[in-house]
Amino acid sequence: MAELSLSRVRKVYPGGVEAVKDIDIAIPDGALCVLVGPSGCGKSTLLRMIAGLETITEGDCRIGAGRVNDLDPSDRDIAMVFQNYALYPHMTVYDNMAYGLRNRGTPKDEIEARVQEAARILEISPFLDRKPRALSGGQRQRVAMGRAIVRKPQVFLFDEPLSNLDAKLRIQMRVEIKKLQRALGVTSVYVTHDQLEAMTLADILVVMSKGHVEQQGSPLDLYEKPASTFVASFIGAPPMNLIPVGAGENGPQAAGLTGGRGLAIPPGGATLGVRPEHLMVVAGPVPDDSLGITFPVSAVEAVGAETFVYGPIGGNGQEIIARLPGKALLAPGTPVSVAATAEHLHLFDSQTGKRLGQ
Amino acid sequence: MAAPLDTPAPKSVRRDWIPHVVIAIGIFITAFPLWVAFVASTLSNPEIAQAPMPLLPGNQAGANYGEALLQGGRSGRILTPPVWEMMLNSTVMALSIAVGKIIISILSAYAVVFFRFPFRMAFFWMIFITLMLPVEVRIVPTIQVITNLNMMNTYAGLTIPLIASATATLLFRQFFLTIPDELVEAAKIDGAGPMKFFRDVVLPLSVTNIAALFVILFLYGWNQYLWPLLIGTDARMQTIVIGMSKMIDSAGGPTDWNMVMATAILALLPPVLVVILMQRWFVKGLVETEK
Repeated sequence: MAELSLSRVRKVYPGGVEAVKDIDIAIPDGALCVLVGPSGCGKSTLLRMIAGLETITEGDCRIGAGRVNDLDPSDRDIAMVFQNYALYPHMTVYDNMAYGLRNRGTPKDEIEARVQEAARILEISPFLDRKPRALSGGQRQRVAMGRAIVRKPQVFLFDEPLSNLDAKLRIQMRVEIKKLQRALGVTSVYVTHDQLEAMTLADILVVMSKGHVEQQGSPLDLYEKPASTFVASFIGAPPMNLIPVGAGENGPQAAGLTGGRGLAIPPGGATLGVRPEHLMVVAGPVPDDSLGITFPVSAVEAVGAETFVYGPIGGNGQEIIARLPGKALLAPGTPVSVAATAEHLHLFDSQTGKRLGQ
Repeated sequence: MAAPLDTPAPKSVRRDWIPHVVIAIGIFITAFPLWVAFVASTLSNPEIAQAPMPLLPGNQAGANYGEALLQGGRSGRILTPPVWEMMLNSTVMALSIAVGKIIISILSAYAVVFFRFPFRMAFFWMIFITLMLPVEVRIVPTIQVITNLNMMNTYAGLTIPLIASATATLLFRQFFLTIPDELVEAAKIDGAGPMKFFRDVVLPLSVTNIAALFVILFLYGWNQYLWPLLIGTDARMQTIVIGMSKMIDSAGGPTDWNMVMATAILALLPPVLVVILMQRWFVKGLVETEK
């Protein structure tokens, strides 16, 4: 067990493409760090650099006290779980799990003990004699995890391990991974493009975009104080409403908006953010410091516990989503007024997308 | 109204006969010459010379096969060595070519697919281009080289020039390309070096391909004609395919057709045996894509 730290890490491919730009991440011992971002943001490249499958162009990668930049993957004391499991098709489940240990010259009885232990934890003991092709997706996933566990590594690396599973199994395995990681207390790095998976798993959440870190911190910090419009729209579902506003006399100015007094809008305008779940239906006047939005309902999605209401404001394609509790009986075409209190409003620079104030 | 699914329409029953008839005709066309050869190998020479030749086996089988196997044939003044000797030569040649080709090509395909080295693709294309240079095209320079190396009338001279194989390399390359990168990476993390990965993962996954190739290459080696004809000038080095052709007197003298046919039937046996024994693997190797 050890902490993992990346300092000023860069990856430049021959040809000049900079896939990873100047990344600093420190993961304390036993923590689970989730790298999340859209495809092509460099999260998988970063993970593979930690694994030693890609070279590090610049900067240091440390596991525990030692710098591992120049070590082979097998010498870094890591274990990796791949998206497509990457099980050896011709070996039994037992051999798949034992292979890495055998290559390290672990004594036979020790291998036996570790594999049996891992199989017991993952509930795959009945399948030890089977080949991977005789297993379901979820079982293969468990074997892949087992292969990582038996090694007792310093660091676990997960590369979108749940992407190939169906939705129900994904949620179940997500919970199990979290429990397992807690129980074993192994420092882990987990790559995903699913923000919900990221939010639920992470001790440290790192949002990446175009090769750099947009923001890192605890999941709730990122949810409550997104550092940029990118993070704001990436974390949370449905995404945060982002409305371009001008600077009015008493606050923001845009079609369909009222209130918002006290918001310091720069002269050039800004982007106002408010999460769908913070919008509440109001009847009557909106308090001055709250933000009121009035829009015609264009679509209603009732999912039981809550209702998503969609509608346009401003007439330039800008759409608002409100997430209302319970069953909101709204007919498409009718206007609706919603409001959010001041503490739920976010302001971003309209040019750079960076958070303003607070 | 739609017919019930479980009772086939009478029309389709009638249609089923057509493929069977076609197959029967095909089998007859293929098998009849073999039957004639077999019958001829059991007759005495005067019986073969009758017109029409009998189509039922005679009683000379033991004598003919015994003579062919142990004493060899005679055509005019040319004596051919006994069949068992020629079969031994053929077997050594076919096995060496098949095994040699598989070893060379699986290793070169492994290098081309899994390693990054300078001019990798140039080497690949060099291998690829040799497809355009079969033995027949490069026969004169190759003979020159073999003569200079004093490899005439040796097994080495007989087999080595035929071993380098672009076809098998390409086949292995295509198969290796289907092995997912993650598997290679998982092995790296599991501490398997290149040779270990080859032995523990690539080789076991290639077993069916190797079996299929072995069948094809064994037949290729067994059926070689031109090269052994040039290299095996000594009667001791003759392969069975060459020996058989020499038993037929091209000068128009008398030919012991019963001996020729017995030799032909014997020459058929090893390839047939290889195909039958490897059939299951052969089919699997050609159709299996599961990874």
